[in-house]
Amino acid sequence: MKSIAELEEIRKRTLQRINLRREDKESEVRIVVGMATCGIAAGARPVMMAFVDEIGRRQLSQVTVSQTGCIGMCRLEPMADVFLPGEEKVTYVNLTEDKARRIVAEHVVNGRPVTEYTIGAADDGQA
Amino acid sequence: MRDLSLHLMDLVHNGIAAGARHIHMSFALDNEAWLTMVVEDDGCGMDEDTAQRALGPFSTSRTTRKVGLGIPLTLANARLTGGDLTIDSQKGSGTRITATFRTDHIDCIPMGDVAQTVAALVAAYPNGPEFSLALSSPRGEEAFDTAEVRQVLQEVPLDTPEVVDWITQSLREQVNNVFGG
Repeated sequence: MKSIAELEEIRKRTLQRINLRREDKESEVRIVVGMATCGIAAGARPVMMAFVDEIGRRQLSQVTVSQTGCIGMCRLEPMADVFLPGEEKVTYVNLTEDKARRIVAEHVVNGRPVTEYTIGAADDGQA
Repeated sequence: MRDLSLHLMDLVHNGIAAGARHIHMSFALDNEAWLTMVVEDDGCGMDEDTAQRALGPFSTSRTTRKVGLGIPLTLANARLTGGDLTIDSQKGSGTRITATFRTDHIDCIPMGDVAQTVAALVAAYPNGPEFSLALSSPRGEEAFDTAEVRQVLQEVPLDTPEVVDWITQSLREQVNNVFGG
């Protein structure tokens, strides 16, 4: 394993931020990535890690990224739901790493959903 | 699936769905180019009949749909190389899935980014199950265990971005030590 000393350092550096996160559950943003067989095959893993990486880069301590199973729209994978506190869920489809980073910047940070990547936009395109 | 690390991701989710508290993963390459991938969980397990049916595509524990492709797709990729996939499971005590791949067969898919698979699992399930990984080849052995990481971090959660990054880098190094070119 990489050096444990480094891990100790990370622990010290992040302790304070962690306490903030714990105290402020109400402003938590949740990003949920579809990670069933269909999602994984379509590229959900790097998309999820792009979310995690972008959140780390921007030091957003109130955002959690988690996984869910298949919701039955396998052709639109990779998919992710974004939950901002007090707002309706936004479902993004056909994601890529770049799209994930843009969603963090525009939706999670600035509060403006990236309409063109949402499931509504995808459905309109096919109608 | 494009590579083995994606199959691994998929199979581990079966263990999570089975309520496992510990999921052990391993890749072992022997001198004859056989690679054995094992996913072992201490979840709810299956009876023999269910385990047998899980090898086929029309078996799933979920109630929304009637297909489950994780295991049959892995089995198909193993068989393409002359390998196989077996399920050892007992109701109440967990499941072990063993898949073998002949790595010098032209149809063998690459190993892929095993480090990212494990890091993504840890990031998504920071409170457990505990994940461990063992890697071995004629070149050497490496081991990783989230229990050890948790012990060092104490109250710092495992999904802290810096920690996820450390885990990814650390695992990449380990994979490279055992299987790297």
